[in-house]
Amino acid sequence: MFGHKVLLGGMTAVALVVAGAALAIDPPKLGTPAPEMLIRLFDISIPPDGTGLPAGQATAKQGEAVFMARCAACHGERGEGATNDRIASGIGTLQDEVQTFKTVGSYWPYATTLFDYVRRAMPYNAPLSLTDEEVYAAIAYVLFLSRIVGETDVIDAKSLPAVKMPNRDAFINAYTPG
Amino acid sequence: MAKTPNEVTPFADAEPVAANGLLHRRMFLSGGAFFAGAASLSGLLSAQPASAQMATVPDWRKEPGKSFTPYGVPSKFEEPVQRLVTVRANSYPSPGAGSSRTPLHLLEGIITPSGLHFERSHSGVPDIDPDRHRLLIHGLVRQPLVFDLESLMRYPRVSAIHFIECAGNSGGGWAVQPPVGFVGTMHGLLSCSEWTGVPLHYLLEEAGIDPKAKWILAEGIDASGMSRSVPIEKALGDAMVALFQNGERIRPEQGYPMRLLLPGWEGNMNVKWLHRIKLTEGPTYTKDETSKYTELMPDGKSMQFTFPMEVKSVITRPSEGVNMQGPGFYEISGFAWSGNGKIKRVDISADGGASWAEAALQEPIASRALTRFRLPWQWDGKEVILQSRATDETGAVQPTRAELIGTKGVKNAYHYNGITTWEIRQSGLVKNVWA
Ligand code: HEC
Repeated sequence: MFGHKVLLGGMTAVALVVAGAALAIDPPKLGTPAPEMLIRLFDISIPPDGTGLPAGQATAKQGEAVFMARCAACHGERGEGATNDRIASGIGTLQDEVQTFKTVGSYWPYATTLFDYVRRAMPYNAPLSLTDEEVYAAIAYVLFLSRIVGETDVIDAKSLPAVKMPNRDAFINAYTPG
Repeated sequence: MAKTPNEVTPFADAEPVAANGLLHRRMFLSGGAFFAGAASLSGLLSAQPASAQMATVPDWRKEPGKSFTPYGVPSKFEEPVQRLVTVRANSYPSPGAGSSRTPLHLLEGIITPSGLHFERSHSGVPDIDPDRHRLLIHGLVRQPLVFDLESLMRYPRVSAIHFIECAGNSGGGWAVQPPVGFVGTMHGLLSCSEWTGVPLHYLLEEAGIDPKAKWILAEGIDASGMSRSVPIEKALGDAMVALFQNGERIRPEQGYPMRLLLPGWEGNMNVKWLHRIKLTEGPTYTKDETSKYTELMPDGKSMQFTFPMEVKSVITRPSEGVNMQGPGFYEISGFAWSGNGKIKRVDISADGGASWAEAALQEPIASRALTRFRLPWQWDGKEVILQSRATDETGAVQPTRAELIGTKGVKNAYHYNGITTWEIRQSGLVKNVWA
């Protein structure tokens, strides 16, 4: 569909053929086939349908310890924010006259984003240091702090995409192709 | 009142076109700019008595200067021209999550020196060994591919001048009280470079695009693994894998050894330290396209995927901190830009928007690039409300702050493109105000 050719004008082609004649030459093809291992290592993005979520599971109850040890120092023990972002509660404040809190609980449309983000970037001082099990545990606790899941709800590859975030339907796609 | 030398208008064709001394831009279009420079210089000189120092031959005239250096740096006297770095952005416990800003008020022309390009990172600047860096393209493709730098260097390249503006730039505009600071402090998440790189479509086509692929996910290999979803139309359009910035390899702060360049679109999407592109059916809904970089509207809804940075301008001379030095002739100058194309015109008002004078646009006027504007001005020393208003080639006009807030509310946090208003006091002091 998008078969771009590199057109070399007569100047370059003169030694090869006749001056002024244009040649159609394919652009270089210098990529090498990506090894499956490499893709598995780096393909860590998780869309809303949960494709790519790893095995493992945890409840908020199990997550409390992980959260206190690895997250609370920067985000507060109840996710209320400390040196860094508030990440819990604030539900219903998006139109508040006085103060709005955009948090995972009040604002984020998809719970899958939380797994994706915490696994790739948190804890800030040691990204990629949590096991998948610990990521499930930490995010179960973050969701529990906003009362989006219960304390003993099992969070895993199947249940996470099904978590209905309070603000899910409030996003309007402004992009139109063309 | 006695006339000072500055009040003598040295131009035969100086024609007032709007209130409070705004003159016709023709003066700067007809080669008059040279004389304009000379005139303001003579004004300055006449204001200062010739000192004894000026009457001696300076030391540097009397002995050979420093010998040749492999990589030049600015004069030590230019030390104040630096990026504006906030303490918080570099502080414990999350150094590197934040930004530094371009001192736009101290710069001329349209190109930002590479070392002054603004920085925005989510987990610091990685120190990437280019020999070990790979770009992976996978997902909805016929054949997933990896590219090393050496092979990327063999593809045809394109060069283009484009601005990059953080979607959160000028965010202080949403605040109740007008922010205090320089243009760089308020609007300095904006820079403009000549970028050179490989058109992304070559690489995507080489991998073989599955017709189901409507988006790509672009990811950096910094410690935050910053990632954004980009529509396939843009990826196959003017998107490039940029390798060079202003003629030399991209600076580490701008994504060395490679970054995605999406001309005119939110800075955050121009993913730095680019190492992975995944072709997908839909957006991935990453943190930086849900929690951040979405626009919360007054009705509680949020606009998502508002990609192009809208038409905008700001006067840098005069501006807060770049104050007036007495009545007389001045050149009003600043930047205009639009993520939707070229700048078509910039108008200047010196009476709070009641009357407008069209500014001269300095070549080159490139699409999705900063455009420099200039207008001659004879200031009579009275209080003035100075504004600039840009129009782009799509006909979009920069809104007033009131218009912007009228539609978007005050909780938006992103894409602020309202008109900047400078209040110029009789003392010559310039303050940022809400009009
Ligand atoms: C050393 C401090 C620190 C620690 C520890 C830390 N974070 Fe963070 N967190 C940050 C910073 C800084 C950011 C903002 C990063 C950016 O600028 O993109 C952030 C952002 C986040 C966000 C996104 C907030 C938003 O609304 O956009 C979430 C969610 C989060 N952290 C969760 C966690 C979890 C869960 C843990 C524990 C596993 C954790 N963090 C540990 C510093 C920390």
